[in-house]
Amino acid sequence: MALLQISEPGASPNPHQRRIAIGIDLGTTHSLVASVRNGVAECLPDGQGRVILPSVVRYVDAQRRQIGFDALENQVADPANTIASVKRLMGRGMADVAHAEKLPYALVDEPGMVKVRTIAGEKSPVEVSGEILATLRFRAEDTFNDDIFGAVITVPAYFDDAQRQATKDAAQLAGLNVLRLINEPTAAAIAYGLDNGSEGVYAVYDLGGGTFDISILRLSAGVFEVLAAGGDSALGGDDYDRALADWLLHESELTIDSMEDQARLLAHARQCKEVLSSEEIVTAEVDLSTGRIDLSLNREQFEAATAALTARTLQAIKKALRDAKLTKDDIKGVVMVGGSTRMPQVRHAVGEFFGQEPLVNLNPDEVVALGAAIQANQLAGNNPDGDLLLLDVIPLSLGIETMGGLVERIVPRNQTIPTAMAQDFTTYKDGQTALALHVVQGERDLVADCRSLARFELRGIPPMAAGVARIRVTFTVDADGLLNVAAREQVSGVEARIDVKPSYGLSDDQIAQMLKDSFSTAQQDMQARALVEARVDADRLLLATRSALAADGGLLTPDERAAIDQAMALTQQALSSTDAAHVEAVSKALAQATEAFAAARMNHGIAQALAGKNIETI
Amino acid sequence: MNLQADDFELFGLDRQFTQDRAALDDRWKALQREAHPDKFAAQGAAAQRVAMQWSVRINEAYQRLKDPLKRAAYLCELAGFPVNAHSNTAMPAAFLMQQMEWREAMDDADGADALESLADAVQASMKKLLQQCASLLDEQHDFAAAVGTIRALMFIEKFTQDLNQRLDQFA
Repeated sequence: MALLQISEPGASPNPHQRRIAIGIDLGTTHSLVASVRNGVAECLPDGQGRVILPSVVRYVDAQRRQIGFDALENQVADPANTIASVKRLMGRGMADVAHAEKLPYALVDEPGMVKVRTIAGEKSPVEVSGEILATLRFRAEDTFNDDIFGAVITVPAYFDDAQRQATKDAAQLAGLNVLRLINEPTAAAIAYGLDNGSEGVYAVYDLGGGTFDISILRLSAGVFEVLAAGGDSALGGDDYDRALADWLLHESELTIDSMEDQARLLAHARQCKEVLSSEEIVTAEVDLSTGRIDLSLNREQFEAATAALTARTLQAIKKALRDAKLTKDDIKGVVMVGGSTRMPQVRHAVGEFFGQEPLVNLNPDEVVALGAAIQANQLAGNNPDGDLLLLDVIPLSLGIETMGGLVERIVPRNQTIPTAMAQDFTTYKDGQTALALHVVQGERDLVADCRSLARFELRGIPPMAAGVARIRVTFTVDADGLLNVAAREQVSGVEARIDVKPSYGLSDDQIAQMLKDSFSTAQQDMQARALVEARVDADRLLLATRSALAADGGLLTPDERAAIDQAMALTQQALSSTDAAHVEAVSKALAQATEAFAAARMNHGIAQALAGKNIETI
Repeated sequence: MNLQADDFELFGLDRQFTQDRAALDDRWKALQREAHPDKFAAQGAAAQRVAMQWSVRINEAYQRLKDPLKRAAYLCELAGFPVNAHSNTAMPAAFLMQQMEWREAMDDADGADALESLADAVQASMKKLLQQCASLLDEQHDFAAAVGTIRALMFIEKFTQDLNQRLDQFA
């Protein structure tokens, strides 16, 4: 008997249709978008064939902005409104930004995260990053002439919770469905490892424009297990530029007194740095308002001026190796990632440290985006037989403040995520009915030396003698590396929980407002957008439920199956509705109807994993 | 299988101290292959939530099983002999004396080399106690005695952490 496939109006005729999934490397200096096409990951070029998008946004006036190369061209002419290296400001307060006085644009101190003062008003780094992400999203949509199902966005492994959350918010502003945030070195390892069929322990040395990461990974049979991650989220090529700029000023006995000079000098220092990657000597010629720099500079002088920076990266490698309980002899290969690894002194120092030539056969600018695209393709379900599995870690310890300004660590660094860990605390005063919790991240023992993530209160504790209450504080870190904290008094059951989010001052309302204002959505009617999103979500859920039923439908009783079928039918009907709220309501009902099924499938999967193993070992 | 199963059941291993680390690692990866949220990224919130719960539970069990000290304490707890490390800190005098000697040696160390050789001595002592633990748990099934050994090991582990911190300062 022939089976007829019936397409409902508005439904996808082919449930196995490929979903467009992209990987985005949101870099300090430049950003890229990649996707898997015909089984191969490739970076998507813009209309002029360029894959790189300079991470530069220029606010021309209140309405207009330039992004990428156009903005970069105007950097020296209009430094105050041209924001480069915004990644260094993500999730950062004024006190955290190193060399704020040397930036060619003006920062505004705001609680939690700085803003940049521009001709178009004060801009949050989240908004600026959102512009870059939206530009890449449009590039991908134009390439495929289709909507994007979802994106994997990379972040430095050493990014803390606030920096990760800020990145996710930026993606939301850009209208992207974030499938996962993954760490840049891990993404590079995917691109590298899958290309080379590598097995064993590898180090990924990732020196970008503004961040440095070192990750130690074990690769085996498609599993990428991060053993330790370390680094410095404020160390990169920019710092080499700055060190060289300082050296040039010092040698020429000049000073800087305007943003224009600052921008011109930094741009020139960067050019000299790039020339010195292939040449032995370069002439530095730059006219400043205070005088002219004109001197020749050789590679040795540049290396001496920046040796301290390279040495800092080696210190971080040693720490990561200790954390992984390995020595450098255990490392089978060292993968170099990030444009700054083009500097010969960096390659040389790393090669000398590990006693082997680092691997540089992949384009260090593209490898992160390519790895992200491979993971995005897998997460979107385009590669059901793929055996890629990422087991990543949290880079920095998480804890809470206790008496005397000390940190009690709850999740130690290098813990595999997702993870949940709990610790019990008690009250210190008789009759105490509230407890203030201060969540921090970092390796130091004093709260003052760690990054403050959030503060919240557990209220309504029944009065008890000091030390009687038992308050269990649970930290949950999800697969994106994002933290959620819950506190519960065990005797009374009083609860408080928080998504660690508002510490830098962007509430959901503010994000909604930015979304409304942002150029990525300005031309669209918000309601139409809501309907489209609700339909896409409903459709996604239907597809997922269908494939789950096809795989494990046998686990259901006829009654359970009937309930799910009914919820699916209602959702399917709702796809042609124009009422976004209705579409959301039936989707929610379908999600609820499948909750028990999801649990049953998981039990089944786990049991099978064990059964398979037992047979193998017999 | 359910979320309430103990770590050994969850990993399909015999409930004993002696474990093959390579087999344990393989089992962990096989379980995460089934349960990791990445596998359910395109499958809606319900599946994500379940995956998160399981994946967290599997990681929790793995952390406990792979660390000999945590594994030993867990076995005692399952057998009804909780270690209660925080409330019960009474230790034999000889053991405390040695701890004090080590602490003094650490404070007096004037370089990484001196610290390294102290670390070696501490490691050796730890290894010996772990062997003792294995015998008490797997052969003699004397959990009460094992609890004492585990407490000693916890002291040594804490000391090792402090020692590593000092080493970091010299590095």
